[in-house]
Amino acid sequence: MSEKIRVLLAKPGLDGHDRGVKVVAAALRDAGMEVIYTGLRQTPEQIVTAAIQEDVDVVGVSILSGAHMTLFPAIIDLLRQRGGGDKLVFGGGIIPDEDIAALEKAGVSKLFTPGASTVDIIDWVRKAVAARKKDEKLL
Amino acid sequence: MSLYTEFLDGSVVALSRIISHIENRREGYQEVLSRLYRSGGRMYRIGVTGPPGAGKSSLVNRLAGLAAEAGHRVAVICVDPSSPFTGGALLGDRLRMQDIPLDKGVFIRSMGSRGSTGGLAAATSNVAVALDAFGFDTLFIETVGVGQMELDIIDACDTVVVTLVPESGDAIQALKAGLMEIADIFAVNKADRAGAEQMVYDLQSAMEMKAIHSEWIVPIVATQATGNVNLDELYRHIVGHKAFLENTGLLARKRTEQLKKKVEQVLVKSIQRDIDRTLLNGAALDEIALRIMRGEDDPYSAGQALFQRYKFGS
Repeated sequence: MSEKIRVLLAKPGLDGHDRGVKVVAAALRDAGMEVIYTGLRQTPEQIVTAAIQEDVDVVGVSILSGAHMTLFPAIIDLLRQRGGGDKLVFGGGIIPDEDIAALEKAGVSKLFTPGASTVDIIDWVRKAVAARKKDEKLL
Repeated sequence: MSLYTEFLDGSVVALSRIISHIENRREGYQEVLSRLYRSGGRMYRIGVTGPPGAGKSSLVNRLAGLAAEAGHRVAVICVDPSSPFTGGALLGDRLRMQDIPLDKGVFIRSMGSRGSTGGLAAATSNVAVALDAFGFDTLFIETVGVGQMELDIIDACDTVVVTLVPESGDAIQALKAGLMEIADIFAVNKADRAGAEQMVYDLQSAMEMKAIHSEWIVPIVATQATGNVNLDELYRHIVGHKAFLENTGLLARKRTEQLKKKVEQVLVKSIQRDIDRTLLNGAALDEIALRIMRGEDDPYSAGQALFQRYKFGS
């Protein structure tokens, strides 16, 4: 059986705008992935716990509140602390160009800004996950 | 270090990875399951089933919290439908489980049904084996939203909670076979809505008309999961049912029956996979279908011939 791509989509912080993340959730679902959507106003703690328990390949974070410079690094640090540092983190939202480079340096694999197409997002997730298939011993 | 060794050391990351391998049937997963099975056996499994939108996730949200507060090590498996077209799934049960205290180590895992049609995924009971071996003593399994006949849950758990809503139908619906027969406990959720009292009454009458009597009187609890009304009562009935099964010896009998089915399932699946790999590979089957179309064979003889070939290897 082929291994299914599992994606966690989350909205951290005080940001109630979830139309975008729902569109992405539906697109990834239709691309054959298993999408876990955790809903609004999640703490980095909740997001990282969910990412680890659900063993997702990718964590997608939607932030429209302007708090991206705080929330992305918080999620990435916590993931690394908890043994989930191999999970890819990508994001979407209203993020100024000058912040994108800093966030990518902090470990965000990819950021999609307004106007990004779902086809590009699907394509990126597939390629990024395929590129980091891990070799681990079961027994 | 292998995932299994890390698992034994108590790594939640390793547990999660092993669950994925079980779901994906990664090479060697059966050997891992054998070992895990032998180190488990202490977990009590509560199934929560019912139609879509009845509030199953919201009930589990409360029940898992109550169990954790009572000192149990709690895990939750929630299954949502996978698309029969794309294989994709939107797993949204976790969204309703925001009140579960994460600091008490409750483990929640969402599963896509991945082609199964009985309300669970094929791997659900195997994932439960891993959770059991990890040390969880209480498991809630939430099914896909079901209709009247998706009843796999009865083979995967000890206590079944059937969740209905006031709109779930009248006294005749309550008398029907299938879903209505498998409840150890009924929760009539969203009980603030009109018709809840009638629903409880209809269920009570239906239970009284049962010809097969059990010593267990099926409790019917009117709940409001989001408002947290009557959840402690529902939880008490679950604890009560567990005690009933243990005290009467019915738990052991139930599990023996489940094990018989499980062994059969492992056997049948192995044979099925073997047949798929050997006899039913595309070209051979195409050829047979063409012969039947040309009038040189028929499906019954062809099937029997394949069976003989499989059984005797001729």
